[in-house]
Amino acid sequence: MTEAVEAAEAIERAYREEWTPLLATLAGQLGGDVGLAEDAAAEAFAAAVAEWPGRGVPSRPGAWLTTVARRRAIDRLRREATRSAALDRMETLMRDDDTTEPEPADRSGVADDRLRLMFTCCHPALALEARVALTLRALGGLEVSEVARAFLTTETTMYQRLVRAKRKIKAAGIPYRVPDADELPERVHGILHVIHLVYTEGHVASTGDDLVRVDLCQEAIRLCRLVVELLPTDTEALGLLAFLLLTDARRTARTDGRGLPVALEDQDRGHWDQALIAEGTAILGRALGLGAPGPFQVQAAIAALHAEAPHWDATDWTQIAALYGELSAMAPSPVVTINRAAALAMADGPHVGLALLAGIDVDGRVDRYQPWHATRAELLARAGDAEGAEIAYRRAVELTASAAEREALEARRRRILGS
Amino acid sequence: MKYMLLLRHEPTAGPAEGTPEFDAEMTSWGEVMGELGRSGSMIAAHGLDTEATATTVRIRNGESLVSDGPFAETKEAFFSYIIIDVADLDAALVWARKMPNVTYGSVEVRPLSSHEQDG
Repeated sequence: MTEAVEAAEAIERAYREEWTPLLATLAGQLGGDVGLAEDAAAEAFAAAVAEWPGRGVPSRPGAWLTTVARRRAIDRLRREATRSAALDRMETLMRDDDTTEPEPADRSGVADDRLRLMFTCCHPALALEARVALTLRALGGLEVSEVARAFLTTETTMYQRLVRAKRKIKAAGIPYRVPDADELPERVHGILHVIHLVYTEGHVASTGDDLVRVDLCQEAIRLCRLVVELLPTDTEALGLLAFLLLTDARRTARTDGRGLPVALEDQDRGHWDQALIAEGTAILGRALGLGAPGPFQVQAAIAALHAEAPHWDATDWTQIAALYGELSAMAPSPVVTINRAAALAMADGPHVGLALLAGIDVDGRVDRYQPWHATRAELLARAGDAEGAEIAYRRAVELTASAAEREALEARRRRILGS
Repeated sequence: MKYMLLLRHEPTAGPAEGTPEFDAEMTSWGEVMGELGRSGSMIAAHGLDTEATATTVRIRNGESLVSDGPFAETKEAFFSYIIIDVADLDAALVWARKMPNVTYGSVEVRPLSSHEQDG
């Protein structure tokens, strides 16, 4: 019984620590065939589940898994070895498999392999949703069923999405390598974009009904730490990590006892995680010190200003509005303008914010964007236009999918408009 | 790997013949095709006649259907193809981005089928 428990713990630990290095190393040896690497790695873990409880945990779990996975890959290639390319890859693997006793896995190049894996999974030739799913599966080590649950889709659909993506990697020749210097910043940004999306998905969901999705926030932070570890001087990678940590510091304060969302203004700042704030602020300082500003660093700076304010009214709104202005210059979007207007309204009064909002070109997308109506409602109410505020609140409520958020918005409306 | 670059543009897009912009684009085509030829990556490149001259053949339920025009009615016309042999997709995308029509039309990058890749 204790042996079974010990084996289960060892497998869990190995999965946490070895999955990504194993997959990355195999994919490297397999000429970038991420699909085959993933299958072989999954089979090695299945073998561990079957064998470790009975035979005991091997002395070097990582090496054991590497050897098994490599042999499974060789078996697979042998079955399909009609083409010369498969034979080439098989020879590479068999050269590494000369020893019968599992040697400690060679991990000298593993950082590079993980980085390559990341660039492959986040390649712009893949659909964005496929990039996100692949990243969570290959680099986050989530089970297909977990990835499916995170994106509210069935396991079959997610499985097919992953299969299609892996097939494209192989058939289209998506490279397994770090891009050239001239392409690097854009491609790193692509990786950060995927990580940010994973976090946002978890962040939004954490106020909804499905608490499982909160794990996506942790996953995004873990992935971002990995990018920072691999690219320690990339200022935007540091910026994103700082931004995620500073945002995550507020997580427990973002919902009340019933799971309803609490606006920043009303949050109990005593519940903000000071350790995360300190770490995020320090990382932001490191990024800014390197002197290559970017949108994630600016967003982290805004989050840092919120974090250091002892209460809502003591927030440095002038500085926050200025940072949103900077963000607007780097990456203009109606969303940034709306946030800037809200900050300006705090600093200089609702009319100043409304004047900025008036300049937004309200197309269909903006009209369906809930915060646009919610922000307008708030500013109109504060400017004394109760009628306009009422209309805007109604539209904002209409556009809110989550029951919890709708309730919070209604409460806000009652508090400000009083009826 | 071998890829086909499928070059497209809307018939009305791009510089009109006889303008200085048209001449400049012709120079760009000459330059990029020269560069591609010298790189040793080019296998074939041919321009096509207009889509008005295309004929599409289909057989459905044993019946041969011949119709006028290209297979799909799209705004962009397929006007040329280039087959290249390069290391990977990133390298193919580098060439695709150099095609002058990429700024007003599009370049689709398609790997040749796996049977065509060997040999």
